[in-house]
Amino acid sequence: MSTLTLVQAADDTHGHQGLTMSLFILVVLVTVAITFWASRNTKTAADYYAGGRSFSGVQNGFAIGGDYMSAASFLGISGAIALSGYDGFLYSIGFLVAWLVALLLVAELLRNSGRFTMADQLAYRMKQRPVRTAAATSTIIVSIFYLLAQMVGAGALVALLLGVDGDSAKNITIAGVGVLMIFYVVMGGMKGTTWVQIVKAILLMGGTILITILVLAKFNFNLSDLLGTAADNSGHGKEFLEPGLKYGATTTTKIDFISLGLALVLGTAGLPHILVRFYTVPTAKQARQSVLWAIGLIGAFYLMTLVLGFGAAALVTGAEKDQIAASGGNLASPLLAQAVGGGADSTSGAVLLALISAVAFATILAVVAGLTLTSASSVAHDLYANVWKKGEVTGAEEVKVARIAAFVIGAVAIALAIPGQKLNVAFLVALAFAVAASANLPALLYNLFWKRFNTRGAVWSIYGGLISAVGLVFFSPTVSGSETALFTNADFSWFPLSNPGIISIPLGFLLGYIGTITSRETDSEARFAELEVRSLTGAGAEK
Amino acid sequence: MVEKVSPEAHAAYERIHASDDFARLKRAYTGFVVPMTVAFLVWYLLYVLCSNYASGFMNTYLFGNINVALAFGLLQFVTTFGIAYWYSKHSAQKMDPLSDALRDDFEQEVGR
Repeated sequence: MSTLTLVQAADDTHGHQGLTMSLFILVVLVTVAITFWASRNTKTAADYYAGGRSFSGVQNGFAIGGDYMSAASFLGISGAIALSGYDGFLYSIGFLVAWLVALLLVAELLRNSGRFTMADQLAYRMKQRPVRTAAATSTIIVSIFYLLAQMVGAGALVALLLGVDGDSAKNITIAGVGVLMIFYVVMGGMKGTTWVQIVKAILLMGGTILITILVLAKFNFNLSDLLGTAADNSGHGKEFLEPGLKYGATTTTKIDFISLGLALVLGTAGLPHILVRFYTVPTAKQARQSVLWAIGLIGAFYLMTLVLGFGAAALVTGAEKDQIAASGGNLASPLLAQAVGGGADSTSGAVLLALISAVAFATILAVVAGLTLTSASSVAHDLYANVWKKGEVTGAEEVKVARIAAFVIGAVAIALAIPGQKLNVAFLVALAFAVAASANLPALLYNLFWKRFNTRGAVWSIYGGLISAVGLVFFSPTVSGSETALFTNADFSWFPLSNPGIISIPLGFLLGYIGTITSRETDSEARFAELEVRSLTGAGAEK
Repeated sequence: MVEKVSPEAHAAYERIHASDDFARLKRAYTGFVVPMTVAFLVWYLLYVLCSNYASGFMNTYLFGNINVALAFGLLQFVTTFGIAYWYSKHSAQKMDPLSDALRDDFEQEVGR
């Protein structure tokens, strides 16, 4: 079926779907055009992996925002607030405060001492092959979890927004998103991906500001009135505005809340697709500027999700309210847009719904492109060029392998996402953060700040954090033994929490410490002075 | 692919590492980021713990429907913006002049 007939078919049956579909197609056309344009300027390995290190701090700040503010935060957090009230707010705070770790401890030092991937930074003073293999493994696993979250979310969302039911529509959507992301990454490399993310960040901020103003205007810009109406309409009363509605029930849920809070605040600075963004600017100062811009954008965005979430609780009523609950909260923002536009039967409501849906679609595309590029880079640069070929490859060969890897990873992601549609999106994102905080952050921080740190410490902390985070989740009630579990008819759970961070993060640090002090390697200490000078001053940094 | 550096570059790194200016740069950096990181992590964990265990305090209404929990959460935004701004000032004034000078030295010495 051609796209035109699809549009017409949708238009005939539903009010807003035709418009939504047209805007989706517009988003696709604009991003494809950007990618074509970027592909003509991508020649060297530094172009492909790091966008030629030619982006300014402001541009990269927007791109970081575009990379970070995923569908899980745009749709997920506002949905969590719409359903659980105040407890949804923890995500916003954790996701924002986390940027201070990136700003103060990671961004500039990484820019100065690394090259294309997270592993570059560790491999600076360690044995190349074991460290790169470990870092690449963790990069790929974190990225795949995150990728699955976005793609599963995309399938559910697009099917709902376009009003098409059934598994085949979701499967087609997932495959379509997958093909697009492969196209962006294979053709456009980091330049194309970055511009897609910048455009998305602008669309997302614009759409969010518009809806926020419309919501606040309904309450004469009185936040207290908005909260009061939200509490009244939520069915929970004042409890809706207070902590504990979702996590306050038992001691276990309270510890789960702390565990989640830790993973959120420590995970960001270990997310590989965020780390590689620091390589796209020419200097450490620009890396700092980009994080400052990112903090401003992301902070403003999360403040607005508060209004969107409580706004959805206050203003969306009737059948649409049930629809929000049925979607696990994911449809709160789009349906709020419809409500503030004048409701389901009004043209302006349909326009706003279509607009916000298209923004959500752009959001998904930009994030999956960043994730695919990051894992493909790690396969090509770490595993192929340095582990397998021991560095004896040209940049052109590396880029060729990266393009093939992007294709394969995209195909794997599609193949996993289609049968994985039962997976809970928030669970996958939280798991990605937990792995990033447990496996990547300890190794990165030790490497930058602890002279004695060595290869065994790095390998132990990465694999230890990775295995414990994933393993604990596997034996948690999220996977088996509860009504909402992945496998409802089996019970092999013994770990009571759904968030492993409170155990796996300290374990990652502890194993890094034990591995280090039980090893006699001295080469890594000998190169610490070099790493320290390079990371703090930028002397000899990649240009 | 971390290239082994040339003997000249290695010597330059070692010399800079031993210099007073580098020691000052390192102090300016760690002297700011270490206490600040401890501070914001403690402040954040305090918020998480209060949400869990201090419901009486968090559920106090300040005015209208604005309670301590919301104000505390919004304060986390304020402190995050504040620390980020403070760091940008600190690094521009106390760190960048030193690191620029040391990098220039290195590039002259090694010739790249």
